[in-house]
Amino acid sequence: MSEMGKQRKAVALISGGLDSMLAAKTVMAQGVHVEGINFFTGFCVEGHTHAIREKDRARPKRNNSLWVAEQLGIKLHIVDVIEEYKKVLINPKHGYGAHMNPCLDCKIFMVNKARQWIVENDFDFIITGEVIGQRPMSQRKATMPIVAKESGADDLLLRPLCAKNLPPTLPEREGWIDREKLHDITGRSRKPQMKMAATFGFDDYAQPAGGCCFLTDKNYSAKLVDLWQAQGNKNYELDDVMLLKVGRHIRPAAHFKLIVAREEGEGRFLQGYKKDFISMSSLSHAGPLVLIDGSPSAEDLYLAASITARYGQGRNAELVDIGITTKEGSERTIQVKPFNLEDMPKDWQL
Amino acid sequence: MNPEQVTYKETLNARRLLCPLPVIRTQDKVKLLKSGDQLEVICTDPGVMQDIPAWCRINGHKVIETIIHDNEYIIVLEVGG
Repeated sequence: MSEMGKQRKAVALISGGLDSMLAAKTVMAQGVHVEGINFFTGFCVEGHTHAIREKDRARPKRNNSLWVAEQLGIKLHIVDVIEEYKKVLINPKHGYGAHMNPCLDCKIFMVNKARQWIVENDFDFIITGEVIGQRPMSQRKATMPIVAKESGADDLLLRPLCAKNLPPTLPEREGWIDREKLHDITGRSRKPQMKMAATFGFDDYAQPAGGCCFLTDKNYSAKLVDLWQAQGNKNYELDDVMLLKVGRHIRPAAHFKLIVAREEGEGRFLQGYKKDFISMSSLSHAGPLVLIDGSPSAEDLYLAASITARYGQGRNAELVDIGITTKEGSERTIQVKPFNLEDMPKDWQL
Repeated sequence: MNPEQVTYKETLNARRLLCPLPVIRTQDKVKLLKSGDQLEVICTDPGVMQDIPAWCRINGHKVIETIIHDNEYIIVLEVGG
């Protein structure tokens, strides 16, 4: 709805899931110009993140936020927040969830970024797909005002799916949109959203109820904690967090670990990192590419070669030739007996 | 596309980047170009073959050509108005 003929403009946080899609559509249906914004933290899960692996190549490779924007017919602005996000993850004011997911701080951070964006781009307010009671950490009755206040968005933050359960925001009070046409969804049930999706004619949408961040994954979080412990601080670079998504990670000692490609797709991906790591692979038998992260001694490299041999076709051979390549590209070959996995301590496998 | 209309053609190296980073780099590069310019984006993530055309469609740009060669994915786009 416009006031005095002015076309109001809102930016919607688009995760690629159903809730943000419905929230944006609800506001668009009232004649507001909506554009989408999506923040890339480095930990976002998308179809083709999995598609590094050969077995997942048949999965849909679409980026769900782009797909949602296309379904809605709106522009999408994807913003790289990798560097800024570090302080959110490393020291979250409100702590972590079940794993290394700082969901509440993350939401505050993203709404704050959206707040900055609307100022820079002359938009009027912000839309999110939040629903009271949807998420145990970040979407509770008590956290809704915290997100609004600490992000600085205050009453410029509209949650169309649960707006009727919250105090009226500026867009409602000013009549830019009709509060009566907003919703009062609460809780974890997906039925109201699915019904609404059907009303809008959306019969295809990504994972109802999220799961869009690697930090909510137990195994991924364990590898991140291991990385921080091994380096003695919580810093990270994008390549670090990308590599945690790929391969089998084996840490025989604090000062080095192996990243073993589990199949051809991962091998191709890890090839791109050969100039950054010592790498090894079997020469006498087919086998995976293995990167060695850290500062291994000559003895450590022998152990790593033995483990590398174990994951190749020569696992039952008496001896396997392993080629070792330094970061600078010099190569040498050693012969090793394949490691017996039964001798591998469980805590080596991350 | 009439070649005489091309005012500028630039290449963006997005190798080793996983989506959505190639899209973000493309988006940032396109902001520096003007309508009618062409941009060649070279990637190694096969996901770009869906994502960059989708990004172009929703933002009013045009994909001129897509090439798959030697595990690289190349998209040439024309910046919209």
